[in-house]
Amino acid sequence: MKYAVRTAKVIAAALGLAAVAAPALAQQGLDEPFQKPFREALAGKTVAYVPVAMNFDLTEGWYAGMKKELEPFGVKFEIRDPNWNTNAGAQAVTSLISEKPAVMVIHNPDVQTYAKLLQRAENEGIYVIQINMGSAYRSSAFVGANWIEIGERDTEAVVKACQGKSNKIAIVQGALSAAASAYTLKGVENVLAKHPEIKVVSSQAADWDAAKAKAITQTVLKQNPDLCGIVGFWDGMDIGTAAAVKEAGLTGKVFVATSGGGERKGACELVKSGAFDLNMSYDVPTQAAQMAGTIKWLLSSGAKAGSVKGSEYTTLIPITKENADSQTACWNLSDLKK
Amino acid sequence: MKRLRFNQQEIVFAVFAVLFLAFSIFLRGFLTPENMLTLLQNVAVLGILGLAMAIVVIGRGIDISLIAALAVPPGLVLQMVQNGHSLPAALVTAVLLTIAFGLVNGWLIAYAEVPSLFATLATGLLLAGLGQAALFQLDVVQWSDGMKGFERLGQGTILGIPTSIVMFAIACVVVAFLLRQTRWGAYIYAIGDNPYAARVTGIPSRPIIVLQYVVAALIGCFAGLVMAASVNSMPTRIFNSTLIYDVILVVVLGGIGLSGGRGGVLNVIIGTLLIGTMLNGMTIMDISYAGQNLVKGVVLLLAVITDSFLNPRNEETAQQGDI
Repeated sequence: MKYAVRTAKVIAAALGLAAVAAPALAQQGLDEPFQKPFREALAGKTVAYVPVAMNFDLTEGWYAGMKKELEPFGVKFEIRDPNWNTNAGAQAVTSLISEKPAVMVIHNPDVQTYAKLLQRAENEGIYVIQINMGSAYRSSAFVGANWIEIGERDTEAVVKACQGKSNKIAIVQGALSAAASAYTLKGVENVLAKHPEIKVVSSQAADWDAAKAKAITQTVLKQNPDLCGIVGFWDGMDIGTAAAVKEAGLTGKVFVATSGGGERKGACELVKSGAFDLNMSYDVPTQAAQMAGTIKWLLSSGAKAGSVKGSEYTTLIPITKENADSQTACWNLSDLKK
Repeated sequence: MKRLRFNQQEIVFAVFAVLFLAFSIFLRGFLTPENMLTLLQNVAVLGILGLAMAIVVIGRGIDISLIAALAVPPGLVLQMVQNGHSLPAALVTAVLLTIAFGLVNGWLIAYAEVPSLFATLATGLLLAGLGQAALFQLDVVQWSDGMKGFERLGQGTILGIPTSIVMFAIACVVVAFLLRQTRWGAYIYAIGDNPYAARVTGIPSRPIIVLQYVVAALIGCFAGLVMAASVNSMPTRIFNSTLIYDVILVVVLGGIGLSGGRGGVLNVIIGTLLIGTMLNGMTIMDISYAGQNLVKGVVLLLAVITDSFLNPRNEETAQQGDI
């Protein structure tokens, strides 16, 4: 009983103390001085997005990801879809320069075409963010994959898989005019220079086309049934490469390395099925978040367009049998769009 | 004096024979049964498309929209199955779409009398645009579990022969039967040879023209299904590629004149073989992309020039619209 009374006293005292202190604490809301200018810097701003084309996993994923991050802050998005037409893209960029959006997000079809235009845009005060495929002009930011690294890591994996085997490999390139393809090839060459024992029996361009990739691979496999590995340049095209390997009954014997944006159907499921042994993913949602982060930073910094220049190379995710089942290795476009 | 005359078919066959011989002698691994099958397999889809184009070209038309028929209805099948519809339902929808598309083409050309080149150019864009805007989520429509078993249409072998070759053979037989054994086939030749004379003699030329485009679209859709099954996906962006030129090339190289009324399935086979041999040989030699284009261009030019020397254009039958 005595104990209970003492406890009650303590509680009463504590309550009294709290009653005195509480109003004082509640009055001290602190204004964070930077959020308002940040919101003001973003609200009503226009971000123009010029991919090489919409309707494929990478560009749709970037768009959905950026939109999700930026629209709640009142940022307006504009897409100009040149649908693989370089001229239409250059026209879109040109007309955008006169429309003066705050930021342009540019996916270059090649190194040269947009370079001069992008420089002009930054001189006009438009921030230019180049994504995944850069141009010769270095703008405020580059966010994207390091193609040379992709070529190197894919080739290293193939070389490793070839140890103790025939050492014969094939390369299935993309389109010859695309910078991504040429850079990846450079990465492949870098590794091959260190491994003179590896013999490249075929190195051909399949134009990002699955049917062409299949035709080339079939012929190569017939000539070299002891082939031990293939370096492909894009998973969307290498579905064909993998189909040829499968038809030759060589799945698991020929190591197929490729790269892509990590969309579930195009990457993880094909790795799981054994079509690809390695898919270097440049994880599109993360790239999109980085693009959005860069846009936020640039807009709120007030920096003059072109006065700061930096790069954010993507951390690659190697998708293999080990992580293909995990929830995080790949992403779904439908989820990202929600 | 009787001059030795060759027609284009024989010239192309000769070029093919020379190439084939040269590759067989100088290229190790070319003349093996496996490689021969690969060669055929790689051009099977092109060959099937060539058949579709041949039907239209024989009837004095051209179908530029063939690649749209190849890409969109089969892409729709894959997309619908991916979205949870059953495979038969998806196939029926795709076939109906294809028939509707062929009817639109045919109506525009036969009844509205729009030149086939422009009509199909526009409808092809329309169908491809419809696919991109409304039907597909992504350019490359992936295979899904609901399609299981269907890949046998383009993969694997039947009695040791790769399935796509068998499909090409079946298509050849069907088209040959249509052209040579049925009255409709005879009408198509008649219309291609002289559309006005055909009409005067009472041939229902407009419905036959519509039929040509419906059949061509259906064959295009079939080629698309074989292709999708063979690469486990439908890269619908193929519409933007130069595939249609290859198809026209197969047909014209094979000796089916664009002025209509001439040629048949054999010509398509020969044209396809020539292209296939060239591609296969150059892949084995690992010739660079630019080099391949150069060789292709030179061989085709040679064939066409030789033909125009041996078979000069006849001013009486030549007409506006000949390509």
